Amino acid sequence: MRAARNRSARKAVVVAAIASLGAGLLAGCADDGNDEDGSSSGDSSGKTTITLGLFGTMGFKEAGLYEEYEKLNPDINIEETVTERNENYYPALVNHLTTESGLQDVQAIEVGNIAEVVETQADKFADMAKVEGVQPSSWLDWKWKQGVTKDGQAVGLGTDIGPMAICYRKDLFEKAGLPTDRDEVGALWAGDWKKFVETGEKYKKGAGKDTYFMDSPGGLINAILSSEEEKFYDSSGEVIYKTNPAVKDAFDLTAEAAEKGLVQAQTQFQPAWEQTISNNLFATVACPPWMIGTIKGKSQPDAAGKWDVAVAPKSGNWGGSFLGVPKSGKNVKEAQKLVAWLTAPEQQAKLFAVQGSFPSAPAAYKLPQVTDAKNEMTGAAPIGDIFAKAAEAIPAQVIGPKDQIIQQGLTDNGVILVTQGKSPEEAWENATKTIDNNLEK
Amino acid sequence: MTTRHDTAAPPEKGGAAPGRPPGDAVSPEAARKRARLSRRWQRDMRWSPYAFVAPFFVFFAAFGLFPLIYTGWASLHSVELTAPTDMAWTGLDNYTRIFDDDFFWNAAKNTLTIGIISTVPQLMMAMGLAHILNYKLRGSTFYRVIMLAPYATSIAAAALVFVLLFGRDYGMINWVLDSVGLGKVDWQNDKWASQFAVSSIVIWRWTGYNALIYLAAMQAIPQDLYESAALDGASRWRQFIHVTLPALRPTILFTVVVSTIGASQLFGEPLLFDANKGASGGGQHQFQTLGLYLYEQGWVNQHLGRASAIAWTMFLILIVIGLVNYVISRRLRASS
Repeated sequence: MRAARNRSARKAVVVAAIASLGAGLLAGCADDGNDEDGSSSGDSSGKTTITLGLFGTMGFKEAGLYEEYEKLNPDINIEETVTERNENYYPALVNHLTTESGLQDVQAIEVGNIAEVVETQADKFADMAKVEGVQPSSWLDWKWKQGVTKDGQAVGLGTDIGPMAICYRKDLFEKAGLPTDRDEVGALWAGDWKKFVETGEKYKKGAGKDTYFMDSPGGLINAILSSEEEKFYDSSGEVIYKTNPAVKDAFDLTAEAAEKGLVQAQTQFQPAWEQTISNNLFATVACPPWMIGTIKGKSQPDAAGKWDVAVAPKSGNWGGSFLGVPKSGKNVKEAQKLVAWLTAPEQQAKLFAVQGSFPSAPAAYKLPQVTDAKNEMTGAAPIGDIFAKAAEAIPAQVIGPKDQIIQQGLTDNGVILVTQGKSPEEAWENATKTIDNNLEK
Repeated sequence: MTTRHDTAAPPEKGGAAPGRPPGDAVSPEAARKRARLSRRWQRDMRWSPYAFVAPFFVFFAAFGLFPLIYTGWASLHSVELTAPTDMAWTGLDNYTRIFDDDFFWNAAKNTLTIGIISTVPQLMMAMGLAHILNYKLRGSTFYRVIMLAPYATSIAAAALVFVLLFGRDYGMINWVLDSVGLGKVDWQNDKWASQFAVSSIVIWRWTGYNALIYLAAMQAIPQDLYESAALDGASRWRQFIHVTLPALRPTILFTVVVSTIGASQLFGEPLLFDANKGASGGGQHQFQTLGLYLYEQGWVNQHLGRASAIAWTMFLILIVIGLVNYVISRRLRASS
């Protein structure tokens, strides 16, 4: 009797185990397609759940914006899924878009990918231009245009941008015998990146070998290229990076700075590069507002207030994102409303105050969160005004689908090699060969 | 199948098979019932085994066979990740271009050299470790567990630690080298240094695993072989050469095959070792393996067609390696 009971008990356990495994498998499969099924079509309290797929630290949640929106709209519940790196986020997003499954109600798109998404995935997105209250004139013109197709469909609405200035160390500049006042510093190189590199030579003469003028060759070439109206593509969409003199000039100028030892032999955001921040080893870095956050995160406490911000030789943009609403979602209307609200000037300003993401809506530049902005790293510098001025001077740049691949090739397979002893010609050769192979279909 | 039914039938008495009414007198109804049960049992015998093995084949078909064939199909087209259903037929173009694709051959060479740098010392060290552990040692289980610990570590965690150790400016290894006056090595950017560094991750991870396999095989060697060798005056070293190694031959072959396959698919270590966080395997592709190149073409550059062709070429290379292994092992078996 006992044996029999044991046997049936064991059988029950086995059946339960198999059932739960099977259920897990089914759930696993189902999970991929329609996460919304259970939650968004209304949970027990009758709320609509809107899901956001984001990357990096976009900070909507940290700035309390979800909470605020939920208070304004009691029947809405907001959830986000965050992937840390865009390199991991973007391929998955493309995969989900092309199969139209696994998408969230709102998907973030990085500026480096927006051209590709607009060109190849626009039919998967709802038109944001038709949403009530969305005015193209609310955004900086070039930012609005980046997210819009040729037919005028707005694939995504701009969140933040990255207007670039030059962050510099006042103490190191002083030691090197350079001016420290931000206007005088800006005047050293106003209007020309060559003057910036020349300032670097002066810095080296005065400062000696302990520190470098700039953080990395990648940071320099990126800053120069960002301030050009045309870099890798022309306005008809042709790849012109090899023949565009602006690109070659940027490459050569960066290579020159590398040969002269003005830039560190580092790649940005590597652990070793981060350590050079905490060891105070360089005096300048091309710096959008979010870079101040990076500097703050990697610095020793005693570096606070030693930085200042000067106008860059030419204004450029580095970074920023868009929010788009995939058509196939279940809550397209509600998601669009949320996106329109999140990207409105007031919310962008709040986001800047908490997260340092600079608004792409000029109306926000007059709000107190921007005009009164200070950062402990840069002391009394009125960073809000400096970056607002930079933002308004950014040229409308032609962007293309493979900008990232080309830029990465020029940096990681190009100028960095000059810091390792290769000649600029060899580095250019290596970079263009890599890029051409990567672009070939 | 009836004969099988007879032989496989449970014994008349005391069998565990259910549903057999006792006694000889059978009513027609009972006979029908019995026949029905018997048919059901027969069907059960016949089809259940297939049902039991089906999960493997279903999963294999869905996640192994289908992708394999689909990859082959995709490799004959020009396909981009941004529109995977939009295929343009290009025939064998993706394969023929591999012949003059410098990056592919560079990756193939790197795969070979990293494979050799990592596999050969790894297996030799594993053999040595197994030999030492084969002696009577205090706490031998402890050592065995320790040896297997790297194998149980995730590649990502291990690679991150190795990246820090091999750091050019702030790495511990360079700090040691510098303090004994040897100077710093650029472990990321120098070709051979970077390949050695990537290999060291592989060696660290797999040596213990192979050592345990060798150890298991060593313990199966009869002790009297060693005794008679000792009686004949063979030293420990001679015993190792003439008794241990020949007895381990099949095991060595197994580990060589497994390590070769592992080495030709090397991916995670070089991907994570690259501090640029790209898939180009260093600024000059100095440690880009075939697996990494395949990934770069498919997921970074979004050329699914090219990536598929690379995948199939790798598959064919693996088959060739497998055949070579097979021939060598037959030779070895014939000679022993």
